[in-house]
Amino acid sequence: MKKPEITESLLAPGHKACAGCGEALAARIIMDAAGPDIIVTAATGCLEVFSTLYPQSAWKMPWIHSLFENSSAVAAGIEVALKALGRENEAKVIAQGGDGATADIGVGCLSGMFERGHDVLYICYDNEAYMNTGIQRSGLTPFEASTTTSPSGEISWGNKTDKKPMPEIAAAHKIPYVATATVGYIKDLEKKVKKALSIKGPKYLQVHCPCPLGWAHDPSLTIKVAKMAVQTGLIPIFEMENEKITSVRKIAKKQPVEEYLKLQARFRHLFKKIGGEEEIKRIQQIADNNIKKYGLM
Amino acid sequence: MKKIIEGSMAVAEAIRVCRPHVISAYPITPQTHIVENLSQFVADGKLKSEFVNVESEFGAASVVLGASATGARTFSCTTSQGLLLMLEVLYNIAGLRFPVVIVVANRAVSAPINIWCDHQDAVTARDTGWIQLWAEDNQEVYDMCLQAYRIGENPEVSLPVMVNFDGFILTHAFEPVELIEQKDADKFLPPYKPVQYLTTKNPLTFGLLVDPEYYTETRYRLQKAMEDSKKVIEDVAFEFKKKFGRYSGGLVEKYRLDDAETAVISMGSVTGTIKDVVDNFRDEGKNVGVLKIRTLRPFPKEAIYSALKDVKNIIVMEKSISLGLEGVLSTEIKGCFYGKENQPKISGFIVGLGGRDISKDSVRKTILKAEKELVEAEFVDLKYELIGGKLL
Repeated sequence: MKKPEITESLLAPGHKACAGCGEALAARIIMDAAGPDIIVTAATGCLEVFSTLYPQSAWKMPWIHSLFENSSAVAAGIEVALKALGRENEAKVIAQGGDGATADIGVGCLSGMFERGHDVLYICYDNEAYMNTGIQRSGLTPFEASTTTSPSGEISWGNKTDKKPMPEIAAAHKIPYVATATVGYIKDLEKKVKKALSIKGPKYLQVHCPCPLGWAHDPSLTIKVAKMAVQTGLIPIFEMENEKITSVRKIAKKQPVEEYLKLQARFRHLFKKIGGEEEIKRIQQIADNNIKKYGLM
Repeated sequence: MKKIIEGSMAVAEAIRVCRPHVISAYPITPQTHIVENLSQFVADGKLKSEFVNVESEFGAASVVLGASATGARTFSCTTSQGLLLMLEVLYNIAGLRFPVVIVVANRAVSAPINIWCDHQDAVTARDTGWIQLWAEDNQEVYDMCLQAYRIGENPEVSLPVMVNFDGFILTHAFEPVELIEQKDADKFLPPYKPVQYLTTKNPLTFGLLVDPEYYTETRYRLQKAMEDSKKVIEDVAFEFKKKFGRYSGGLVEKYRLDDAETAVISMGSVTGTIKDVVDNFRDEGKNVGVLKIRTLRPFPKEAIYSALKDVKNIIVMEKSISLGLEGVLSTEIKGCFYGKENQPKISGFIVGLGGRDISKDSVRKTILKAEKELVEAEFVDLKYELIGGKLL
């Protein structure tokens, strides 16, 4: 029998991500789609922690982690340095951050990077909370998810706000390319990475990454959960070029949000507490608004 | 060539001949003319640098961090609140061993908000792992900028360097400054050759997670590099003197210290005032001298001890305070004499906070007082009418 061919990946196996980690999967797909001629930055977070415990590193390209909030600014520095040193053809620059590093603490540096027009692809791995430090809410935590800093309780349904519209905020900077993607649809993710890197200027790619630990779903369900997020309309998958939506991933068969929520214990309170049905209706409204707004059906 | 220029322009002129590849700065909090002058040089084609206007000092420090990681020579400048905003990145740059150079126009920190000179900003940053050079006048700050790159980029050092000079008192003062021609600067400061940097030719991981098994050794190496940099700082100052005729760097400057019974220790421009007072005392036959600290980090404790070991009275006059104790320099000077014979009397005075002028008369009275009694953390020229009529 012929052995299956194992291709070398730019994110080596053996790192310390949890089983079923959506972020680790996304990072590997993105790096391999981008190819070896890249210089990569990372914000503090799960990604950096599970992949670089000294003296080991899973990254096979030049890679730097500085701080929580400056992945984009460090990437900007790399990009201008390559230019100043006459090395701009050596590598493309990719910056990475989690949802908290991107939408909360690092949003100032990111906005600066967009505004100045650096030729950098920024990847936001959106697992919808600060998972590295124990599942605290971020600006991208969805409405009524229970986290350790937005817990459900006697008088609370969990997180009080819905996801900050980061893709639109990015697009409002008049950058050439903004897209959302998900580990649920890997070919689409690969395609968007390649397309983004073919465009000069700042690019923003927000990738929805289920976190079995933080969302409390079975590690074997990562892909299913990711797909369900899209099929309910809660996570719209689209591209924006120069502020206009240019493509959307259509929903093949619309699923009610319950089907997504019930897979994850972070939404368990919605099914247990009296009045939960009303709250689920509010979440359904968010999905329906997305479907209408982005033309998902 | 000697020119009468503003202090901020002196820094900009010095940085111009250092040829940084990347400059990133945030102009305000509060503002100096340094970045304005540098961006004009770039706009006029007199300096071939990538000039990156950023959204904050935090961003500025992060941009030069990334650029330095890529092998570029980099520059930024800031002051006061801006330096404090950079603080997290300063620690990170030093830990990553990138030889970034920044100039700090030293100013007070808020609250209350105050835009004038003191040293609280940079003194607060003393534990970051940055080499700190302190200039007395605009010629010194000019010369120190060139020396800063030579020191930091030395592969044995590989540390960032912060050049300090007094906000307003020097940044906005016009003084004659001897400028160095580009070709001479190039001979003194050759292009930066980083040992390790971000390149696809040799992919390395920077900024890993280091657990308790390994972390201590990274700090030990930093400490050792700091200690060892003292020799490099002195060597570079000597080489600079050989080329340009001025010994304007190094660890300390001794002024009329031979046979001195009393020595005043200070940093920055106030040293000029103190030297004038000391000259007057000398005319009167009093044996008083000055020791100026040019390098606060690494702290030159050996040089300080050897300069002051025969002195009876040491008077530290400093423009910052470690609240709840005393001036930082006072504590550190005391440490130089721990366990030694012939302990001098060491008094500490806080002067010139938030830009308050320090008169020769005040300096004179302070010295005379400290010769008679031991004084700790005394605020000079306190206005009693503002604090209820008497000491609290």
